Amino acid sequence: MRVKIEHLTKRFDDAVAVDDFNMTFEDGELVALLGPSGCGKSTTLNMLSGILPVSEGHIYFDDDDVTNVPPQNRGVGLVFQNYALYPHMTVLENICFPLEIKKVPKEERIKKATEMAKLVQIDKYLDRKPKALSGGQQQRVAIARALVKTPRLLLLDEPLSNLDARLRLEMREEIRRIQQETGVTTIFVTHDQEEAMSISDKIVLMKDGHLQQVSDAQTLYDDPHNEFVASFLGNPPINKLYGYIKDGNFVLEDGSATVKVNNPNVKEGQTVVLGIRPEATQLNDKEHDLTAVIKQRYTMGKEELAFVNVGNQTIRVYLSSDYQYAVGDTVYIKLRQKGSFLFDRETGARI
Amino acid sequence: MAKKNKNGSNDAIFNRKFEPLIYLIPFALGLVIFTLYPVVNVVIMSFKEGYRLSGAFTGVGFGNFTKVLGDKNFMTAIKNTFIYVFTVVPISTVLSVLIANLLNKKIKGIAFFHTAFFLPLVTSSIAVGLVFKYMFNRDIGVINTIITLFGGKPIDWLGAIAGTGPYNLAAVIIFGIWNIMPFTIILLLSGLQNIDPLYYTAAEVDGANSSTIFRRITVPLLMPTIFLTMIVNLISCFKVYNEVIPFWRGEAGVTGRNLYTMVYYIKEQFYTNRQLGRAAAASIILFLIIFVFTMLQRWIQSKVDN
Ligand SMILES: Nc1ncnc2c1ncn2[C@@H]1O[C@H](COP(=O)(O)OP(=O)(O)OP(=O)(O)O)[C@@H](O)[C@H]1O
Ligand SMILES: [Mg+2]
Repeated sequence: MRVKIEHLTKRFDDAVAVDDFNMTFEDGELVALLGPSGCGKSTTLNMLSGILPVSEGHIYFDDDDVTNVPPQNRGVGLVFQNYALYPHMTVLENICFPLEIKKVPKEERIKKATEMAKLVQIDKYLDRKPKALSGGQQQRVAIARALVKTPRLLLLDEPLSNLDARLRLEMREEIRRIQQETGVTTIFVTHDQEEAMSISDKIVLMKDGHLQQVSDAQTLYDDPHNEFVASFLGNPPINKLYGYIKDGNFVLEDGSATVKVNNPNVKEGQTVVLGIRPEATQLNDKEHDLTAVIKQRYTMGKEELAFVNVGNQTIRVYLSSDYQYAVGDTVYIKLRQKGSFLFDRETGARI
Repeated sequence: MAKKNKNGSNDAIFNRKFEPLIYLIPFALGLVIFTLYPVVNVVIMSFKEGYRLSGAFTGVGFGNFTKVLGDKNFMTAIKNTFIYVFTVVPISTVLSVLIANLLNKKIKGIAFFHTAFFLPLVTSSIAVGLVFKYMFNRDIGVINTIITLFGGKPIDWLGAIAGTGPYNLAAVIIFGIWNIMPFTIILLLSGLQNIDPLYYTAAEVDGANSSTIFRRITVPLLMPTIFLTMIVNLISCFKVYNEVIPFWRGEAGVTGRNLYTMVYYIKEQFYTNRQLGRAAAASIILFLIIFVFTMLQRWIQSKVDN
């Protein structure tokens, strides 16, 4: 099912949780809703499921306007951020509940629920009450309960946040597999960029209730629309050098360095931010854009990195292993085109 | 040095253990004098035959119990009390659950209904009973007016037909239900407010309508509170007395005997007949009945919980 939202807005008293959100989720797509805490991810999801009335805008399921349709009639499966398993029912009864409401005969619903429990590997605990399950097991029950009624739209609100790293990886693939098997349009909320990138067809990045960018993970990383998108994605995070445009080139704030930029859109005197992904730096002795002094070295996994001073600003670069660097050494940095971005300092928009 | 330390810590332990007891003494003293002593004394009294207030008695044994159990009036009392308990408790529980559920909704003007339903709590049941006496009036009472409005025949709630008063108990039961509900509703309402509204939301998403949510989510999650109110009401209903008093000028029922309840019987044995030992024996029997039913209910609850 295709889901379209138009000018979706949610206000709480005076606060705007979601602001003029426009987006189309294609049929069978798995979309990750990504953004920092409090950016309105759960609010968006709750409006899609119908449990939160919208302040403005419309929601369409295929061609039907469901904006004012109550949650009972939307046919949506929802996995809550805190599971919301019924404490007085066993695991099996919990999973059966949506079918019981649909008046599916008892034998059939037990069969279906058991199948679903197997799928999420929870079939060992069918007779337990939720409080006798770990957080991860509860989450899987919640997923099974959402899936068992074969919803038209599956909404998952940070469903993996309580799992350990290994199980999270497994479940992530599991969700992907289940989603592809069932072909259900799925929206998956997370604040974990890696999770979003690995699982989804498309990422919707949000901030303060505003849509920032919609694209696949690679495009989001390689071609960010604004400074927020660039800095939200990437580990180690993107470097930022503050400066201004002079004679069509980037000049560091204190005037100590100039970087050539081939960008026809820059305006003379414009204050800008030069975003540089750490892997877009190359320590190169001959041709270089910046001169820097190594301030501190550290390792991350197998990689060696260093904080280096450029003028009075600090950036992070990868050190190549075939050369011995020491703190205090001067290095010459070449910037690659790919992974270097110019942003307007005021608006944060990509130039 | 070491010795002093040891002494010091011993003192501390002593203080920690016994200091609270000192604070408890006034309360404990009250408990012993006004609760424990009378209870023990009632047990002793129940075995003393022909007991007088002076302390004299004619014999020791089960005489009081056999007398009481052989008394026709006591059997009437047991019968009436049981009918009263097993109508008032279930009916008031069901009604209270329904009303508490409504009061728990966020509707405009709900504060008015809260006040209206809780008003009986702050009124004396005897005073309200007098009001009910007029409401139950055969000719001018509002209850009969409503009944006739719907085409029914007026009922002689408080009067007698051939000396039996067949509707007397029904009137007392209706009054009893009304009387017990506010307290029950308050307890249930606090129970309802402890239910995470997320479960309702989840059930809505699962497709449940409000009656299914009430039946499958609200009531089961409210069960512990329902059991609590049932036990409390069961105990208080077995002690029914105030409710039979206001309608017939202090008599229990129109013929003076037909609405005997156990507490009424105890009171009459004690104050009117001066049969202190029998009153005590009847009290013990009442206690045993309440005890058995409370245990039964707790046993059922533990079965339900698993
Ligand atoms: N019922 C409410 N009343 C008032 N403000 C609310 C309410 N629910 C959410 N908000 C506000 O709306 C904003 C978005 O909240 P939301 O729960 O959608 O965030 P989120 O992106 O899901 O965050 P998280 O990752 O922490 O779950 C927040 O600033 C929050 O404080
Ligand atoms: Mg959230």
